[in-house]
Amino acid sequence: MTRYFTQDHEWIDVDGAHATVGITDYAQGQLGDITFVDLPAAGTAVKKGDAPCVVDSVKAASDVYSPASGEVTEANGALDGEPELVNTDPEGAGWLFKLTLSDAGELDGLMDKAAYDEFVAGL
Amino acid sequence: MSEAEDNEEIEVLTLPLDQWHRARGGRMVEFAGYWMPVQYNVEGGGILAEHEWTRTSAGLFDVSHMGQLFISGEGVEAALEAVLPIDLGTLKPFGPRYSMLLDEHGGILDDLMVTRWNSGFYLVVNGATKWDDMGHLREHLPDEVTMTYMEDNALLALQGPQAAAALERVTTGEWPLSALKFMKGGQFKIAGVEVWISRSGYTGEDGFEIALPAESAEAIADAICAQPEVQPIGLGARDSLRLEAGLPLYGHDLSPEHSPVDADLLFAVNKRRRTEGGFLGADRVLRELAEGTPQKRVGLALEGRQAAREGAEVYSGDQKVGVLTSGGFSPTLGHPIAMAYVDMAHAAPGTALEIDVRGKRLAARVVPMPFVPHRYYR
Repeated sequence: MTRYFTQDHEWIDVDGAHATVGITDYAQGQLGDITFVDLPAAGTAVKKGDAPCVVDSVKAASDVYSPASGEVTEANGALDGEPELVNTDPEGAGWLFKLTLSDAGELDGLMDKAAYDEFVAGL
Repeated sequence: MSEAEDNEEIEVLTLPLDQWHRARGGRMVEFAGYWMPVQYNVEGGGILAEHEWTRTSAGLFDVSHMGQLFISGEGVEAALEAVLPIDLGTLKPFGPRYSMLLDEHGGILDDLMVTRWNSGFYLVVNGATKWDDMGHLREHLPDEVTMTYMEDNALLALQGPQAAAALERVTTGEWPLSALKFMKGGQFKIAGVEVWISRSGYTGEDGFEIALPAESAEAIADAICAQPEVQPIGLGARDSLRLEAGLPLYGHDLSPEHSPVDADLLFAVNKRRRTEGGFLGADRVLRELAEGTPQKRVGLALEGRQAAREGAEVYSGDQKVGVLTSGGFSPTLGHPIAMAYVDMAHAAPGTALEIDVRGKRLAARVVPMPFVPHRYYR
C-alpha cells in the first residue's frame, strides 16, 4: 500500500485499484475543532478534483477534493457520531471515504510523505 | 482541501499585544486590518476549548482593534442626539449604553457603546468601521464639538462566571469592583495603572471591558492572566460565544441595508426618540415603527450537526423566505444555530423552515434569542 499527498492536504492510500482518502494532520490543525463531516454516499462517481465531502469546523466549512477519479465504495460511518476523530486521528481512524480508482495514472503528480512534509514545512 | 478564507496582501497593522499573543501560541489572522489571534495553539486552546473555558471560568479577549472615541465640547449633547437615536437625558454618568450610528436613510452604519464621562462622552465602535465612523461623525458634528480618537488606548474584555473573582484580585479603586452591576462603569487601577472598567461584554456572560493605556497593555494582560481562572481567548470563540448570546455582529447581521427595526434592536432607539425623532435616519425608523417591516432578524435552531453559514438561503417549502447572516455550531447546545432575516409571515418562534446548504435542505425552526441564556450581574 502506498500513501500519496496532495497540495490541498488530502492523503490517499492506494492498494491496487482500491483507495482510502482522508485529510492530513496539518489540515485538521488548520481547520480546528471538527463538528460535522458531510460524507459521500456509496456509489457516488467522483472525478479528480471534485469535492464529494465537506468538513465542517467551528470556524468554516471546507471542501475535501478527491485526489483521483473513481466510485465511492464506502464512507466512514464512525464520523457521524464522532466527527472529532478527524482531529484526533486524521491519518487513521478519521479517514473519510474509500473508492475504486478508474485511472491509476492520475496519482503520478501527487507527493510522497517526504515531499509533502517538505511542502508543509515551506508554508 | 481548501479553506473559505483568503488573506489579501494588504498592509496589516499590529496591536499593542501582538507579541504577547504570539508568545502564547496565538494563531494570528487578519481581522479589521490588524493581526489578531483567532485561537491559541496550546494545551487547552482551540475554539471549542476556549469557548467552553469562557462559559465555565474566565476568558481574556484582546479587542484593541475597536475604536475608542471621546466627544466633548459646547453643545455636545444636542449634537450627539442628532446622530444617535439615544436619549442622553436618561443616560446617567459612567454606565455604557448600546446605540447605533444610522445613515440618512436609517441604515445601520455601526453599533456602538456610549458612556457619559464627566466632561463628555466615551464611545466604543467596531474596528472594521471605525475610520468610516469617524468620518461620518466629523461630517455631522458641529465644529464646536471635538472628537478625539484615543488611539493610545488598548481594550481588553474579561468574560465568564469567574471573571469577577479573578479581576477583583488585581484591581484597586475607590469602590470595590463588586460595586459595578451590569452596564455600570468606573475608574480603577490594575498593576498600578489607571484603567476604565465597565461591567459589560459580548459573550452573554458576566464580565468586564477594560480600557487602558497601550503602553501598559502587556503588564495588565499579564496580571489578569496570572489568575488561575483566566486564559486568553481568540476571535473564533468570541464569534461562537456572541452568536449563542444572540448578539449581532456588524458587517454580517447588521449593515446599511437594515435598520434598528428589522434588526429587532429597537432598544437601541430610546423611547423618547421613537416618537420625537430628530436623529439622522429617523424618517425610516419612525415609518417602520408605524408600518412594520417586510422581514426581521430571528434566531434559527438547526436539526442535526451540519452548520449553515452566512449567505445560506432560508425556505418555506419552495418559497425563499430569508437569508442567513451568521451561523455556526453551538458548542454549548451541541447543535448548529443561526441568525437570519426572514419574512414576517415566517418569523414567529416555532415556525419550521429549511436552510439550503450546497443543495441540501437542513431542517430548522425559529427560536427566541438568546440561544443560551444571558448571565449578567444585575
